Amino acid sequence: MRRGPSWFNLVSLTVGFAFLYLPIVLLVAWSFNASRLVTVWGGFSTKWYVALLSDQQLLDAAWVTLRVGLLSATVATVLGTLAAIALARGGRFRGHTLFSGMIYAPLVMPEVIMGLALLLLFVALRFDRGFWTVTLAHTTLTLSYVAVVVHSRLITFDRALEEAAQDLGATPARAFMSVTLPNIFPAVLAGWMLAFTLSLDDLVIASFASGPGATTLPMRIYSQVRLGVTPEINAVCTILIAIVATGVIIWSLAMKWRSAGAARQALA
Amino acid sequence: MNRPRGRAALLPGLWLAIFFALPFLLVLRLSLSDTALAIPPYAPQIDWSQGLAGLKAFFAGLDLEKYRQLGEDRLYLDAYLSSLRFAAAGTGLALLVGYPMAYGMARCRPGLRSLLLMLVILPFWTSFLIRVYAWIGILKPQGLLNAFLGLLGLEPLTLLYTPTAVQIGLVYSYLPFMVLPLYAALERQDQTLLEAAADLGASPLKSFWQVTFPLSLPGVIAGCLLCFIPMVGEFVIPDLLGGPGSLMIGRSIWMEFFANRDWPFASAVAVVLLVTLIAPILLYQRQQAKALEAAT
Repeated sequence: MRRGPSWFNLVSLTVGFAFLYLPIVLLVAWSFNASRLVTVWGGFSTKWYVALLSDQQLLDAAWVTLRVGLLSATVATVLGTLAAIALARGGRFRGHTLFSGMIYAPLVMPEVIMGLALLLLFVALRFDRGFWTVTLAHTTLTLSYVAVVVHSRLITFDRALEEAAQDLGATPARAFMSVTLPNIFPAVLAGWMLAFTLSLDDLVIASFASGPGATTLPMRIYSQVRLGVTPEINAVCTILIAIVATGVIIWSLAMKWRSAGAARQALA
Repeated sequence: MNRPRGRAALLPGLWLAIFFALPFLLVLRLSLSDTALAIPPYAPQIDWSQGLAGLKAFFAGLDLEKYRQLGEDRLYLDAYLSSLRFAAAGTGLALLVGYPMAYGMARCRPGLRSLLLMLVILPFWTSFLIRVYAWIGILKPQGLLNAFLGLLGLEPLTLLYTPTAVQIGLVYSYLPFMVLPLYAALERQDQTLLEAAADLGASPLKSFWQVTFPLSLPGVIAGCLLCFIPMVGEFVIPDLLGGPGSLMIGRSIWMEFFANRDWPFASAVAVVLLVTLIAPILLYQRQQAKALEAAT
């Protein structure tokens, strides 16, 4: 028998989640506040959102961020999935230790160091800093996250299925495409989403890798935030939070639906 | 049989060699260079036109000058030490808040558990910048916290731009990184062990300390490392919430680079930071490898 949560569990959960969510909830509330002051509720208003539409610099930054995110997440997903396959199925190939080291290191590397290192590379290669250098930098940062997510799915996936496909005459590539990929696809998709949000959120690495003409949304927000709290920034932040929240919620519902579907299939 | 699958490593391996390993060699090389009034702002440069002689002259031009400067500057030693202090305190506090949370989550019924898990993951996916920014409105002198204290008839607090604000920001931002591995370790614990301990006469507190906590240690270690390592190099939090009194090394690198444009010095600061973090990073990788072996 499993013991239910005690009063101590309930208190620590309430306090913990309140701490985690109070600032986010406040930020969303402020974005709909007609008053500029955080301590005065001036009534519900969407005027700050309307104001955003005429902020051309902000819209430009959002467009840059969106393009960087889509492109870098897609390339990172391909590279990260390949890396995960090598880690899970490659056995101990030559350079295995170095390879897995390079996969795991970016996960804990301070962003400032990674940004500085990438910038020095771009300078040494004489790349003009801008859209492409930010995209390259974000691909490098996020491919590790994709690799970890896909890898954790691959190691729980029954290898015998792949082997059965090959015994039935499928080439390894075909077995991968028609057996493995459909099975790990949710993880690949999750990896893509994670890569996209990381790219959407990144300030430090983008600041190092970017140049004139390629200001990303976080860079734009950062330069405004330094001047203090403004309702317009609250509105931008609320939109970003809403995008991420929608993604995470759709994702968990899809996972639930999938496992419910799998359970039904198993019962039928 | 699937040995050729190692070939899948080729493309990502090449990518990481160029965009991850090579840049670190460049940081190392730059930290041995000198500042110069040129584009790019450092010397020596390799003069390829002179062949081997140019390469030799290049290596002769490298020195430890920037490290000497770094060692002589009290400010940087202080910044390293205060980063380590901030990170250690932040990790400890995150563990103190995160452990009861993860423990409580593991105790809930499965349906509620997955909802709570989603609620922990959501901030994990939300921008650091945004979440740190939200605290400015709470902590500033005319912010929400002081308005609340005023209602209670208490004295207002000066929190924004102080080390306390940085500490709050660190704990807040990294809390999900602590809760997730802790929850993973606590959730799969065998409940019958606790029943056995109770049957043998252990009080709930005693069985927690002698059964639950030791079994959750891998999660504790993973969570602490996942918080501590990036906290040491944190930039956004001390920059937005800290004042001149809250030195952190990530911010020093940023300033050296963007404000002073001393690239070699910034590189030397980064190399020293990296060397400081190598032990915890290796520990984290070993922990990951062990967890992987346990899973397969």
